[in-house]
Amino acid sequence: MIQQIVFIVLAALTVGSALGVITARHTVHAALFLVMTFVASAGLWLLLHAEFLALVLVLVYVGAVMVLFLFIVMMLDTDSQSLRQGLVRYAPLGVVVALIVFAEIGYVVYNRELGVSFGTPLPQAAGFSNTRALGETIYTVYAFPFEIAAVVLLVGIVAAIMLTLRRRPGVRHQNISKQVRVSAKRGRLRIVNMPSEPRPPEKNP
Amino acid sequence: MITLFDFLALSGALFAIGLAGVFLNRKNVILLLMCVELLLLAANFNFIAFARFLNDISGQVFVFFILTVAAAEASIGLAIVVVLFRNRSSINVDDIDSLKH
Repeated sequence: MIQQIVFIVLAALTVGSALGVITARHTVHAALFLVMTFVASAGLWLLLHAEFLALVLVLVYVGAVMVLFLFIVMMLDTDSQSLRQGLVRYAPLGVVVALIVFAEIGYVVYNRELGVSFGTPLPQAAGFSNTRALGETIYTVYAFPFEIAAVVLLVGIVAAIMLTLRRRPGVRHQNISKQVRVSAKRGRLRIVNMPSEPRPPEKNP
Repeated sequence: MITLFDFLALSGALFAIGLAGVFLNRKNVILLLMCVELLLLAANFNFIAFARFLNDISGQVFVFFILTVAAAEASIGLAIVVVLFRNRSSINVDDIDSLKH
């Protein structure tokens, strides 16, 4: 009973803030609505006994990705009034497409002929750890896809840095490899051979 | 008792909202990326609900991978938006039509 109440509250919060994302007037508000959607979804995932993924959703999405979004939104100075001009014009098309897709999904879901039989989920044992079960599966069955995921993240890092790296001409910056390759024998230090000069005569006071 | 179909309906609603956002918004590339995040979240909901109701943890592993790919997608997409703004000083979707001409 209490689970149903929690589900209804969190589901309403998720759908409501998702609607807020697409109708918010300012981009910052949209990003904050998206944060709320993710937090409410994390609560629903906890309800589904996906504890590790719920925490990862909060940490990675709310903590990293949405902060990145907010950072970019605040960095790019866009005129927020002109961003909303097409909303009324495209609203009928968007609503129609959304209703069609929702009707199709609802038809598939409520026809209940998905080709598999669903029992009630098994109650989990007292010492059951979702993180442990997930880790045991990832590092054994899905070890190779896990490595590929790591490569995907590496590609993401390299691509993001290469896209935004900007070398402006005329800006002085360190050339570290040149600094490291410096050697005293190749032009850095010059020893000049010159005759010694005679000492000037001492004066008696 | 919460059934699987409640979760599937919720994820369907999220997917429809995300898709409507893609159609509604013709002015801001960043909002477009946020709508893509909503679509991915709907897909993740399906995976987790099925993982729970089929008693199979593999669905959660797939959500893990989707989160990885979505993080990479968001970072590269935002980098592209930054480069776009730097070159065109606008992130209007209607302005991105250089290939048309």
